[in-house]
Amino acid sequence: MSAFGAIVRRDVRVAMRRLSEAANPLLFFLVVTTLFPLALSPSADELREVGVGVLWVSTLLSSLLALDGLFRGDADDGSLEQLLLSPVPITVTVLAKIAVHWLMTILPLIALVPVLALSYSMPVAALPTMIGALVLATPTLSVLIALGAALTVSLRRGGTIVGLLVLPLTAPLLIFGTRATDFGLHDEPAAGPLYLLAAFAAFALALGPLAIGAALRVGVE
Amino acid sequence: MRLPRWFHLLGSPPFVYRLAGRLVPWLGAIACVLLAVGAYWGLALAPPDRVQGQVYRIIFLHPQVAYVSMMAYVVMAVSAGIGFIWRIKLAHAVAVTAAPIGTTFTACALATGAIWGRPTWGTFWQWTDPRIMSETLLLFLFLSYLALRAAFEDRDKADRVSAILAVVGVVNVPIIHYSVIWWNSLHQGPSFMKLDKPSIAPEMLTPFLIMIAAFTVCFYWLLLNGLRGQIVERERDTRWVKQLVEGREP
Amino acid sequence: MMEFLRMGGEAAYVWSAYGITLAVVLFNVWWARWTHRQALERARASSGESRTPRKPTVRHVE
Repeated sequence: MSAFGAIVRRDVRVAMRRLSEAANPLLFFLVVTTLFPLALSPSADELREVGVGVLWVSTLLSSLLALDGLFRGDADDGSLEQLLLSPVPITVTVLAKIAVHWLMTILPLIALVPVLALSYSMPVAALPTMIGALVLATPTLSVLIALGAALTVSLRRGGTIVGLLVLPLTAPLLIFGTRATDFGLHDEPAAGPLYLLAAFAAFALALGPLAIGAALRVGVE
Repeated sequence: MRLPRWFHLLGSPPFVYRLAGRLVPWLGAIACVLLAVGAYWGLALAPPDRVQGQVYRIIFLHPQVAYVSMMAYVVMAVSAGIGFIWRIKLAHAVAVTAAPIGTTFTACALATGAIWGRPTWGTFWQWTDPRIMSETLLLFLFLSYLALRAAFEDRDKADRVSAILAVVGVVNVPIIHYSVIWWNSLHQGPSFMKLDKPSIAPEMLTPFLIMIAAFTVCFYWLLLNGLRGQIVERERDTRWVKQLVEGREP
Repeated sequence: MMEFLRMGGEAAYVWSAYGITLAVVLFNVWWARWTHRQALERARASSGESRTPRKPTVRHVE
């Protein structure tokens, strides 16, 4: 557990030093969610209906931006090989990096969502369900993004392909997350999709690091 | 526990090359006969549908091709997984061969589904239909597998990395199956899951089943056919391949 | 026969669906043959250093 904490602390400290880079996903998120009302009709009702989808898709796309910070930095300076060789299981290291990605990239995005949801004329009562769905869905998202980063870690121009690799796998998250948010929006019980999202998260956090560790090992060969 | 001899032989590229070479003509003949019989039955012998008229005849193509496309992904993922875990090159060769077959079959399923949708649903494409969405996602999964492979110059790395992707992606395949149960949609429910009480007329059931068998055999015919080329490509510098090509020269 | 081809006015849908499917199968057959041929030619080229004609040492494998 102390290894987990050590890696988390170190990565958070590194990310804090490059806070401007950490802000990029946030700014991207703001810009994209601003562009949609520009591109669509600004009627309040329509905005509320599309707002759910727009916010979810924008969250997905924005969290992809912090990809490189996950493994590429360590791969470039050789610390990735050291991590693979260390007595700490690679799954612990991977979980630590996923936790950092979630804390530094996704949590700020989720924090911004209520403000943007209100700007999309969504009722305040719908916000808890939306935040809940995001909190349950995003751990899986982080796992999938980490998997994309690990699969392409040895590629020089890996960034362009990661979107194609990761986004199709996020479709179930999107489906159930938006479904849950829609239920919340229309005052219907959202427990079903929320439980499914939680199940996905448990599954992904348990098994994902195995696949990610295997991918890192292949990448470093 | 001593493993049977055929188990070891299945890991030997020249053995599989020759075995596939002997099986391919038979599989091809069976596939062609079944496809011809099924197509003729479905087009000419089966009566027109009460509701959909003649256009329902796409039911003898679209579900079968979609089913085979999903099977192709599973074959690809399982063989890639075997190749990854036990480091069997032939397993990777099977996965690589299955990928383009699965991709084209998925595209075909989407195309025939869209053609079928226009006269029956009134629209070529229904984004909110879960089966369309899942089949489209399957196409993306195949394409991402091919793209990832293409990004690596080292074939071994490409094999192992894409194997991980394929195994992770295979989780999507049961979601396709259960999405019909989880969602309300335009798609008709699974009317062929129970064999005791099919909600389809018997004159239509027979060609339907024939075409399932036809496309399945067709897939394995195409797989073994393509596998031979893949084996030669991978084993290019070995003695048995050199002897093979020199034996062909006049 | 004409009635068969017309498919009750929905000929475009039925025949295009069957045509696309047939094309996909044929494409895959061609692709398998083509990659096989390409692989054999590349193998032949890389073993072309020893071009002295000699009797094949193994049976034809086809």
